[in-house]
Amino acid sequence: MATKGTAAKKAAPRKAAAKAAPQKTAARAKAKPEISAEKSKMVGSVRRSFAPWTDPDAKPFILYENITKRFGDFTAVDDLTLGIYEREFFSLLGGSGCGKTTLLRMLAGFETPTEGRILLDGQDISKIPPYKRPVNMMFQSYALFPHMTVADNIAFGLKQDKMPKGEIADRVDEMLKLVKLEQFKSRKPHMLSGGQRQRVALARSIAKRPKVLLLDEPLGALDKKLREQTQFELIDLQQQLGLTFQIVTHDQEEAMTVSDRIAVMNQGKIIQVSTPAEMYEYPNSRFVADFIGDINLIEGTISSVSGGKVTVETADAGKLVVNQDLKADKGQTAWIAIRPEKVSIGLKKPAARTANVMSGEVWDIGYLGDVSTYHVKMPAGGIVKALQTNATRLVERPITWEDQAWLSFSPDGAVVLLS
Amino acid sequence: MNRGASWFNVTSVVLGFAFLYLPILILIIFSFNESRLVTVWAGFSTKWYVELFRNEGLMNAAWVTARVAFVSASIATVLGTLAAIALVRFGRFHGRTLFSGMVYAPLVMPEVITGLSLLLLFVAINFDRGFWTVVIAHITFSMCFVAVVVQSRLVTFDASVEEAAMDLGCPPAKTFFIITLPIILPAVISGWMLAFTLSLDDLVIASFTTGPGATTLPMKIYSQVRLGVTPEINAVCTILIALVTIGVVSASLVTKRQEVERKRAEAAAVRADEPELA
Ligand SMILES: Nc1ncnc2c1ncn2[C@@H]1O[C@H](COP(=O)(O)OP(=O)(O)OP(=O)(O)O)[C@@H](O)[C@H]1O
Ligand SMILES: [Mg+2]
Repeated sequence: MATKGTAAKKAAPRKAAAKAAPQKTAARAKAKPEISAEKSKMVGSVRRSFAPWTDPDAKPFILYENITKRFGDFTAVDDLTLGIYEREFFSLLGGSGCGKTTLLRMLAGFETPTEGRILLDGQDISKIPPYKRPVNMMFQSYALFPHMTVADNIAFGLKQDKMPKGEIADRVDEMLKLVKLEQFKSRKPHMLSGGQRQRVALARSIAKRPKVLLLDEPLGALDKKLREQTQFELIDLQQQLGLTFQIVTHDQEEAMTVSDRIAVMNQGKIIQVSTPAEMYEYPNSRFVADFIGDINLIEGTISSVSGGKVTVETADAGKLVVNQDLKADKGQTAWIAIRPEKVSIGLKKPAARTANVMSGEVWDIGYLGDVSTYHVKMPAGGIVKALQTNATRLVERPITWEDQAWLSFSPDGAVVLLS
Repeated sequence: MNRGASWFNVTSVVLGFAFLYLPILILIIFSFNESRLVTVWAGFSTKWYVELFRNEGLMNAAWVTARVAFVSASIATVLGTLAAIALVRFGRFHGRTLFSGMVYAPLVMPEVITGLSLLLLFVAINFDRGFWTVVIAHITFSMCFVAVVVQSRLVTFDASVEEAAMDLGCPPAKTFFIITLPIILPAVISGWMLAFTLSLDDLVIASFTTGPGATTLPMKIYSQVRLGVTPEINAVCTILIALVTIGVVSASLVTKRQEVERKRAEAAAVRADEPELA
């Protein structure tokens, strides 16, 4: 639920690092008051003017073309098409076993697609063996060489390239500094903690500065502070060296922080590909809405669609209106998806002209310090969550359990989902 | 455990160890016997050892055995390792079950049958029996032991380590020599030692497949013992026991030291991590 806030917090230093225009950084911080603004306004802030996917002439650097991968009868990747652009930081998000690793392994050359082909820079790479692909991968299991020291592990790829000794030593030191393992240089992997091993694996995969870097859950074993630091260092590195990153992660906050675009996968298929802000504000399905952050899904039937307004008849809250261009039929089942932070809550009935007013009993309150989540039970039984910032320390009449509370949200704040 | 040993426990331990080691102990003691009679003690002497080194027959046999064991263990180690890799790495190839079954069959095959069938083969293809036929026979039966030892190491070996090497630009063959082999080396070495020992003490298969001029030590001992046990035989056995003991003890000492070193390094790693957390 605090996703949005945390993501914005994390995004700030990263933009500073990326030398983005300062007014754009401010735009993200102001994202919340913008809810009521017209839809022609921006969705979230933009890190850099980098959006090749909007350019119809731009060619993807990596192109998965109708890729299917079967293991026996089991389909791990299902007719998947995906383009990733040069210098893009692309994240794959998805539940366990949805085929993320398999996708990376096919690009690295360790699995062959059952159907379809993969193009790298316009060239079909199916005939190129793994050791000749300009792609490096960080393995989910780290796969460190147990008989080599940390420094030798990192130097391994450089030695294969016959890099001069002095340069190797410099590069290794640079990498050790990056992952803060200088004093562990001559340790063997079994003498390292899990997080340290993960950092060695990361350093080893970055050392060669490949055109494409595949990172399979690169930061999962790190503690929160180190993870955030490393995230920004990854972004820096990627931008300085102009690398293309494809990263797998379970952590949606991480995906939101680091990525230019995110793909959400489920059962070998891509459900949605878009920028983090679009993914958050305009999920295309209940699956994505639910997967990224916290959201209220209110079921109903469409009662009218006209002039950019969709009205949905719900059992919980009667007629709700959303500003959205939607192709849908009257009577069709739909879900109103509204983020808790976009629902305002109060004890007084809102003014008569306010749109989307609901009322119910406060069922539960989750106090998190900076914010509180109010779970409000609608008369028809559904629960709607509202998030409120705890702006002051003392409140005259706090909202409490069993209060009758009024909820409302702007027609711009929600999306109507059909699937 | 800490209740102190009861008389029952002590007795069973003593009996057990006596059962295992008394015959060996007697053999060692009588190898230092002055008298020619193996059952009568007549004072300490090392003359049978001197005698042994003058006994050309026994010395020749020992030399043959050592050569056979060394050559066959080395070749069996290469072949057994390759078989183990094929079984573990190449997943489900056609006929995998049959292949693995065939690799392991010699483990349970009675030696007489292995020996006889090899003999028939050598006769059929008109292969002169001698040093090399014994070597081939020993390779055949000891490579499956090597395969078992190496395979058990390989199954716990994360294949993505090899993939990582290739991913970083290392071709497959080089990956095998600089990544896979060093990691599985302890298993390969113990496979070699196993094959070496198996070859050293094989009597049955060697008897079937040997030819003139290639009498191994076990065969020589066996044939001499039929004429009566001499202290020389005791002496040669004592030397064998000493060699095996030194081998086993030094191997276990090495493992133990590695273990201790690893523990110390891990403890050091933990200590080094502490300030980092602070
Ligand atoms: N070699 C294989 N043989 C058979 N099935 C496999 C193989 N590799 C992967 N799979 C199956 O394919 C599916 C996708 O696996 P994959 O490793 O890509 O998942 P993932 O999305 O990376 O999951 P996680 O987040 O848990 O790492 C899983 O159901 C897995 O069991
Ligand atoms: Mg995975």
